[in-house]
Amino acid sequence: MFRQASRLLSRSVSAAASSRSTTNRAFSTEVPSTIDSTFVESWKKVAPNMDPPQTPSSFMKPRPSTASSIPTKLTVNFVLPYASELSGKEVDMVIIPATTGQMGVLPGHVPTIAELKPGIMSVHEGTDIKKYFVSSGFAFLHANSVADIIAVEAVPLENIDASQVQKGLAEFTQKLASATTDLEKAEAQIGVEVHSAMNAALSG
Amino acid sequence: MASTAAVPFWRAAGMTYITYSNICANLVRNCLKEPFKAEALNREKVHFSLSKWAGGKPEKPILRSDTPGV
Repeated sequence: MFRQASRLLSRSVSAAASSRSTTNRAFSTEVPSTIDSTFVESWKKVAPNMDPPQTPSSFMKPRPSTASSIPTKLTVNFVLPYASELSGKEVDMVIIPATTGQMGVLPGHVPTIAELKPGIMSVHEGTDIKKYFVSSGFAFLHANSVADIIAVEAVPLENIDASQVQKGLAEFTQKLASATTDLEKAEAQIGVEVHSAMNAALSG
Repeated sequence: MASTAAVPFWRAAGMTYITYSNICANLVRNCLKEPFKAEALNREKVHFSLSKWAGGKPEKPILRSDTPGV
């Protein structure tokens, strides 16, 4: 068992030495206390003259602290690839179209990552409700009542042309019936889903 | 421990999430009312030039000016 020890110890010493010379990493004694103390103690018993190895979490910045009481407002960041729709806006509630259904997000929501399906996202601020049709994306709800919602395309409902939606729905339903390969079927199915969602959004 | 989560139909058909998301976005853009539709399609134009390399030298480049969704 100890035949390998000298090889392993010298390997980690040279790695530590080279990393210290090439990059200015904090010494392991300076990192925040996300280190497992039992591991550090058993390391010190085996190799007392070497610093314990660093773990990925020691390079991370400390996570923002969670307030002890639930904040009254939800901070929403809603971004698209070409624009930042809402940035740090304080609202009462957002309802997001998650794949698991419409999800209402209030301040103090449990941290969640939700994949979005094509549907309506509504931002509630007092009596003000702003609705967007989101094509797809993700919503990251953090413990500190910050919601990051990212979408590829999000349009206000007034900008959608109902007749084109009907046309598209008919076209893709027909494509779905006549599709042969798996990929064609998938594309037609996506078309049907997106157009049905837009239809429901316009009429609902 | 094998994951038994049901895969979405598009992944079962071999499509990646990015492809799925881009198709959804293109479909939504195509259903916009007029000034917004032109703006959106304009915004999403891509232009790229492709050249194959042979023997260490680039051959004649192919210029592609695609409108999205094609």
